[in-house]
Amino acid sequence: MLNMGPQHPSTHGVLRLVVTLDGENIVEVQPDIGYLHSSVEKMMEYRTYLQNVALTDRGMDYLSALANEEAFLLAVERLGGIEVPPRARWIRTIMLEFQRIASHLVWLGTWAIDLGATTVFLYCFRERERILDLFEQTTGGRLHHVYFRPGGVYEDLPAGWTDRALAFCAEFPRHLQEYHDLLTGNPIFQVRTQGVGVLPRETAIAMGACGPVARASGVAFDVRKAFPYEAYGELDFEVPVFSQGDCWARYLVRMEEMRQSVRIIEQAIAQLPPGEIRSKVQVTVKLPRGEVYARTESPRGDLGVYLVSNGDDTPYRVKIRAPSFSNLFALTEIMRGWKVADVIAILGSVDIVLSDVDR
Amino acid sequence: MSTQPAAPRPSQLLPLDVAVDVLEGLPGGRVILTKVESLLNWGRAASLWPLTFGLACCAIEMMAAFAGRFDLDRIGVIPRATPRQADLMIVAGRCTIKMAPIVRRLWEQMPEPKYVISMGSCATCGGPFYYDNYSILKGIDQVVPVDVYVPGCPPRPEALIEGILKLQEKIKVEPFLRRAAAQA
Repeated sequence: MLNMGPQHPSTHGVLRLVVTLDGENIVEVQPDIGYLHSSVEKMMEYRTYLQNVALTDRGMDYLSALANEEAFLLAVERLGGIEVPPRARWIRTIMLEFQRIASHLVWLGTWAIDLGATTVFLYCFRERERILDLFEQTTGGRLHHVYFRPGGVYEDLPAGWTDRALAFCAEFPRHLQEYHDLLTGNPIFQVRTQGVGVLPRETAIAMGACGPVARASGVAFDVRKAFPYEAYGELDFEVPVFSQGDCWARYLVRMEEMRQSVRIIEQAIAQLPPGEIRSKVQVTVKLPRGEVYARTESPRGDLGVYLVSNGDDTPYRVKIRAPSFSNLFALTEIMRGWKVADVIAILGSVDIVLSDVDR
Repeated sequence: MSTQPAAPRPSQLLPLDVAVDVLEGLPGGRVILTKVESLLNWGRAASLWPLTFGLACCAIEMMAAFAGRFDLDRIGVIPRATPRQADLMIVAGRCTIKMAPIVRRLWEQMPEPKYVISMGSCATCGGPFYYDNYSILKGIDQVVPVDVYVPGCPPRPEALIEGILKLQEKIKVEPFLRRAAAQA
């Protein structure tokens, strides 16, 4: 038996893995979660919809705050029949894709550190700071934004922002190539990831794996394509799918996703319509009695919000379907039979955020 | 002609950082007078080794502070992966009641002298999870003694750096040896 965590430099938060070992080989992995349970679903029942936007930033997946806001507000807007002006929808799309790049950069940097490549972390955070600067100019926040509001976004893009965003998009593929140069051709990295932690397609579907983890196992599903929200239906982008299902494939899927995100941002900025950024919505939104489920593609996968309203200005019940949660339990299936050292590689490749797992 | 020697200068105790400047400025200057305690404190303040220990969102800003742009290395802060080598614990993020005993144990595993920075409003007082929440500890100071509180949700890396500088000021004037002697 081996206890890994809750404080371990490679668990990406406070996760405890109870690993049963036979020598170096793993017999069984049992995750013990709940070390970051912030009871956000319960707290949402006592806050208005606008206040809950601030809570989704912090209580859910903190690496992709805007994606959480999007999932929650999509549910609110669908239930309340709130119209979002076109410009706001396009701004949201741009921001969500920037958030995806920023989140994947954190994943890449920390995973590379786990596998012993410290340099990549510094490179990734260099680019991430530039995205955070872009966020800060628009939303005022680096990590937690409270930028999406019921019926639109809080403020319009500042003057010159699109030029700075396009300048970033123009040079980001070059930086992606730098990461490829550092990692993809690195023999140590290849040995640590290729063929390691294979998640078969059937297991991925059975365990409800989603997002890049499922797409690396040959499940060609992306909510942005299957159930388009915001402006994704009008954009041209590809969903990378690999069939190997190992850590290497999960790495390649995310690297390609970043490239596609740049494409989406460039298209969205080119087509950004003028006009209103927020429809007239009261501060205390009252939703009609009913229930709704909204699903989005967060950087970690299929993020859904199930919202029940009893006609009040606060939700009656909110259930968050967290992508990291199902991805984490797909882990327990694929770790069997690997060595202790591979636990780090597999855990990092799944890219879980414990705040998302525990909520 | 008066051959009276110059009056001896009254003894003067320079602050250590000024003394070092003077010493470096003097050609051939090799002697420095200071208190042992000041020297030790100066050394300890200039190499704080925090434990790489992140709880929630603030840990991401802590990582950003360690990365290239903010670069905590330049003030001597180098993250250590084990509590045995660390003398600073940055409690970054909200701490659940389930996690609190583990934070306490990590703090106990760190060798003396040790310091705690409470980063962000969740670690300081429970933050946005304060008044109607059943699972979050309302302030890490219920579990471990805190030296510096850094406000913010999450604090920017600059704020964390300011917190560390404040802690350095605190360490520099600490009666470290005298306290140890009093305890002995």
